[in-house]
Amino acid sequence: MSKRFLSGNEAFAEGIRLAKPDVISAYPITPQTIVVERLSEMVEDGSLRSEFIHVESEHSALSCAIGASAAGARAFTATSSQGLLYMAECLYYASGGRFPIVMMNADRSTALPWNIYGDQRDSLSQLDSGWIQVYAENAQEALDLALMSWKIAEDKRVSTPVMVNLDGFVLTHTYETVEIPEQAQADRFLPPYVTENRIDFADPKNLAFSAGPDTNYIFKYKAHTGMLAAKQVVSETESAFAELFGRQYSGLLDSYRTEDADYILVTLGSIAGLCREAADRLREQGIRAGVVRIRYMRPFPNDEIAAALKHAKAFGVLEKDISFGNEGTVYTNVNSALQKAGVQLPGYDFIGGLGGRNISAGDIAQIFADIQSGTEHVTFIGIGGDGNGKSNG
Amino acid sequence: MKEILWLGRGGQGAFTAAKLFGAAYISDAQSQYALAFPSFGPERRGAPVRAFTKLDTKPVLDRSQTEQADFIVILDDTLYAPELQNLLKPDGRIIINSKAPIPDTFTFDGEAVAAEFHLPTVNTVMLGIVSALSGYITEAQAEAAISGYMPEKIQARNIGAVKLAREAVQQ
Repeated sequence: MSKRFLSGNEAFAEGIRLAKPDVISAYPITPQTIVVERLSEMVEDGSLRSEFIHVESEHSALSCAIGASAAGARAFTATSSQGLLYMAECLYYASGGRFPIVMMNADRSTALPWNIYGDQRDSLSQLDSGWIQVYAENAQEALDLALMSWKIAEDKRVSTPVMVNLDGFVLTHTYETVEIPEQAQADRFLPPYVTENRIDFADPKNLAFSAGPDTNYIFKYKAHTGMLAAKQVVSETESAFAELFGRQYSGLLDSYRTEDADYILVTLGSIAGLCREAADRLREQGIRAGVVRIRYMRPFPNDEIAAALKHAKAFGVLEKDISFGNEGTVYTNVNSALQKAGVQLPGYDFIGGLGGRNISAGDIAQIFADIQSGTEHVTFIGIGGDGNGKSNG
Repeated sequence: MKEILWLGRGGQGAFTAAKLFGAAYISDAQSQYALAFPSFGPERRGAPVRAFTKLDTKPVLDRSQTEQADFIVILDDTLYAPELQNLLKPDGRIIINSKAPIPDTFTFDGEAVAAEFHLPTVNTVMLGIVSALSGYITEAQAEAAISGYMPEKIQARNIGAVKLAREAVQQ
């Protein structure tokens, strides 16, 4: 194990090197570019023995990964923003074909207005594409997810591709302390990929086929239950990871001081650290605040969210997303979890960080104040409520 | 938490210095944490650049831009403005690469040292200055960072520049 000072992108590339993908299909896009640059250097210097394929677009990048996976290869690609949207058609082929591809997405704003900075409107727009979606908070978690994602994706109970999301710039381009595991340990954790879901002349079978109305719904049902099975597999994978590497992750979500909290802020990604610091400061003033960081948006932690929020007086969701004409998608999902569990409490949606706008400690202090006093259902940080209704809980 | 704000122009290596300082800080102690990042966006040569180094004994959770710095290090003195004093903690200091003194700042002629080592930029010279004035990192830690994160052929000259800069301050 070695300690290095790396950016989120570099740390993620180190994790991919340890996972030894057979095929990497690459098309660069800011702020993802450094991942595929580092991987190409690793292939060039021989420290990573992968087939590195330059492609002409994101649509081709994922198509190429699908083809490699159908040949039985462990396949990786990476993208961001408009690139993810351009490959949207292929996302469904990958998940529907049950190809356990791992893809890194550098979360970035979507056009127009065109913008290269970070928000989460790209990946959250693809929640229905059948991919497992996980959001890293820091570079170490990004590296560790690069390893764990393959184990989850390739588990036969799951057989579902995984999208690992890193906040553009704030995580992808920030350097921090990272422990890089030894290759021998990584090999023990993640053996080579072996699958029956591949083209095999000795054992011919149909892959990526059509299915009419008589059977199509069965495949969709199985994709759904495969994704749900990932909940258990995530837990098993994290236990195995902790045993080998000494870092224990917390499953689909990460709760901070929520046990006795009156006011809880739910968020995801790299902003969570600043939210936890805000909660600490409120606790020093006698206000019981807590934070829930959603790690997996799919499969969604319905039960865990309800359990974390059920004793609170009010909650907020802070997200870098808005579904125009309604609210942020994370807020919609959180409310659904609470409704299903019969948990009723006032909740408010805070839209921030769009187009890379800084979210300051002061902004988060104001959010907690608004959660306590009550505010409109949807508030744009720095602008105000959307005028579409005051929440009374 | 200790925070350093670096100001330079695209091509001067302000972010490289920010990164090296963080790498130096974590290089030998067990429980030290650092964060380093540039002002994000398209890179243009000559355009003003900001970079940030945060140092702490526990993981750094605040990823936002520094608003109250312990040190502001300016690689090009045309980037100095008195308003920068507002971005300092009460006991914070501004360090400027400049041939002429500037009120309320510590100035140092970094170009003279850089020229001695045939370096096209003063970033590691100023890293040496701030390391000596702050005491956040030792000379050995600075050397470890340069050896670990700079291309081999420029390591010796940059290590030399750091040493000379530190000696100049200590005198």
